Amino acid sequence: MLIPELGHFAFWLGFGLSLSLAVVPQVGSYAGWRSWMGSSIGLSYGVFLFASVAFGVLLYGFLTDDFSVAYIAKQSNTAMPWYFKASALWGGHEGSLMLWIWVLALWVALVALLSTHLPLILRARILSVLGMICVGFFAFTGVTSNPFERTLPNVPVDGQDLNPLLQDVGLIFHPPLLYVGYVGFAVAFAFAVAALQGGRLDAAWARWTRPWTTAAWVFLTLGIALGSWWAYYELGWGGWWFWDPVENASLLPWLVGTALVHSLAVTEKRGNFRAWTVLLAISAFSLSLLGTFLVRSGVLTSVHAFASDPERGRFILYFLGVVIGGSLTLYAARASQLKSFGSPHWFSREGFLLSNNLILVVGAVMVLLGTLYPLFIDALGLGRVSVGPPYFNALFVPLAVVLFVFMGIGPLAPWSRPDSKWIWQQMRWVAVGSIVAGLLVSWLWDQRLPVWTVLGIACAIWLAMGSLIDLYYKIRGNRPLERLRRLGAGYTGMVIAHLGVAVVTFGVAMVSGFVAERDVRMQVGDVQSIGGYEFHLKSLSVVEGPNWVADQANMEITKDGEFVALVTPQKRKYNVSGQIMTEAGIHNRWDGDLFVAMGEPLEGAWAIRLRIKPFINMMWLGAVIMGIGGVWAMFDARYRVSLGQRVARRSKGNAVHG
Amino acid sequence: MGKLWYALPVVVALGLGMLFSKGLEMDPNAMPTALADQPLPSLQVERLDGSGAGSPLADVKGPALINVWATWCISCVVEHPFLVQLSEQVPIYGLNYKDQNDAAQQWLVEKQDPYVLNWADQSGQLGLEFGVTGAPETYLVNAQGRIVLRHQGVVDERVWNQKFAEYFPGVTL
Repeated sequence: MLIPELGHFAFWLGFGLSLSLAVVPQVGSYAGWRSWMGSSIGLSYGVFLFASVAFGVLLYGFLTDDFSVAYIAKQSNTAMPWYFKASALWGGHEGSLMLWIWVLALWVALVALLSTHLPLILRARILSVLGMICVGFFAFTGVTSNPFERTLPNVPVDGQDLNPLLQDVGLIFHPPLLYVGYVGFAVAFAFAVAALQGGRLDAAWARWTRPWTTAAWVFLTLGIALGSWWAYYELGWGGWWFWDPVENASLLPWLVGTALVHSLAVTEKRGNFRAWTVLLAISAFSLSLLGTFLVRSGVLTSVHAFASDPERGRFILYFLGVVIGGSLTLYAARASQLKSFGSPHWFSREGFLLSNNLILVVGAVMVLLGTLYPLFIDALGLGRVSVGPPYFNALFVPLAVVLFVFMGIGPLAPWSRPDSKWIWQQMRWVAVGSIVAGLLVSWLWDQRLPVWTVLGIACAIWLAMGSLIDLYYKIRGNRPLERLRRLGAGYTGMVIAHLGVAVVTFGVAMVSGFVAERDVRMQVGDVQSIGGYEFHLKSLSVVEGPNWVADQANMEITKDGEFVALVTPQKRKYNVSGQIMTEAGIHNRWDGDLFVAMGEPLEGAWAIRLRIKPFINMMWLGAVIMGIGGVWAMFDARYRVSLGQRVARRSKGNAVHG
Repeated sequence: MGKLWYALPVVVALGLGMLFSKGLEMDPNAMPTALADQPLPSLQVERLDGSGAGSPLADVKGPALINVWATWCISCVVEHPFLVQLSEQVPIYGLNYKDQNDAAQQWLVEKQDPYVLNWADQSGQLGLEFGVTGAPETYLVNAQGRIVLRHQGVVDERVWNQKFAEYFPGVTL
């Protein structure tokens, strides 16, 4: 019966160790005491151990239906299958913070484990900065949102059930992936702050930071894609991105993190853009924290209903003030010492990477402005407005097109030396070809030429061709496979990720331009046709799940009289909360989805939404390809070469490049 | 001069921080004062159950709540069970906002009907009289038939305790 208290105790022990981790190695690093600095390793493992115990206890409570814990009684129910009981842990505010802490502690332990090649002082400072972040989250959770609070003595017999929207496989994985991504940027942040403290920020620093940043970026990419996929098939109206404040909160660190990944490349390879890279590293994590603040403080209203609370908001705001204000003040004081040499020619590789950075950051600023604008107007007393998708689309789409144009050429351009003539020779036919292909694909698909769709398809082809042509020039000649291997995983990973972006772009362009939709009234026996497919409502049935009952439509899809698929969209009613949920019936094809969702019941019939979404799978496939590219790049052998070995290899005149 | 540029991020962050701090003090659900203490609109609107036309001014006996809802509104699904629970002790009038009548009636059959009655505001004209910005929204009307406060967003137990409970002393949840 005392198990939750054990978890609570471990939680505060974790807080205590985080505090030590924040203070002891930091003091040691200034005093020059090696033992104090060395303690950072053990303390990091300790924080992870106790965070794991606390997390494990809460998880155990969920799996064993311990409704004496208030949070579990609020989130869970005995009728739920075990995997939803487990994921209910992060379905609410308190538990998702517990997950956040555990993930953060995991990153801390991994940094401690894998940073053995770093100088002791830098390692101590990095872990100490991470420790400070741990302190903040432990304190916030423990003080304002304790997940171990008991309902004693009036223990409810059963829990209130998890919000049915969240009882879904997408929601088992979406928050953890996203948090791993958010928190991953804390590592880049800690590296940046530690480097500012020591005033040392060179190619080696950039090389250490890169795999961590890429890892965070990969998780964030997959997390966002999964969230979008979930919205698509679970919310029941077939959209995949809503420019909701909470979605924007995850997009912001992604945009800045993407800029950071590229800027780090320049800092590592050319030693340039240093101050900018550090600023991006600080910003990426700051924006992750900002997202947390926006979601949980109730400052903005959103469809992602987290129980919001001004008191919690106040706490996070002060925490944000310390973390962001502190790091940016340090930046203001120290960044001018980070010398970069000269400004790059804009047609060189650096030039393209810089323009890519600027576009991504401008995009992030626009998303931030659009998200905060309602708050801003309200604060000035000018009334209430909401900023909708038209604003975001109008600004974001053209920006993306410019970005893709640069992305296609960027990798071809050599470092430092502008060579516009050569690039022009290589790419002019690709440019013409891309536009022609865009027009052709668009016309063949639907005999229409929507401007942005044609441009989108052209961009996708341009981008893919640019990456592949560059690859071709790098490996042509004798023994191409050997050359490919010597290019290094960093380069090939980039090519893969860029191809992923091309695939996503193609999917977005096609589905935005050529979606076919009909909302119809159907009763058993009715046939409706859309986009060359016939939808035949064969029968209606009632299906029972573990904690819900559903009306199900059995819909047969045929094309020219031939059977294509049977889909079974459902309208579920959850027993405990009485909430109604829509489960779309989707038939996946390589060239698009056939999407059927049940609307409202009408007399003797149902309102049915029929959609044909060409190439929508490409968006998620592309995101996965981007993720694979990132993972591939992370395992570039160069990142595992320690400083000592590297110096040795350099001196043998065997510099590694790529 | 060049060095000063490095201080720009911290200045921007500070500005944002002040904005957020102000944002926390503001109640995102507060009602513009112009609407407070106004009498209810007298616009005649068809009732949802087909029992003819009525107006909030004529129909509502305060103290009561007026709840703006629609079948297209996801948050209304979330709010509904609480309204049903509340309706045992508090009269709730429904403003069915820009909705289809058959869908709305079906909703009430399916999910139980917490409302004393509903106005079917298909054109949104009545919503305009109230200054509705979206659904769900809930207005508190006092015994004199005047609007006391407005809440934008879902009403749940916490919101009830914070904002509404003091006007209904006898109600226990």
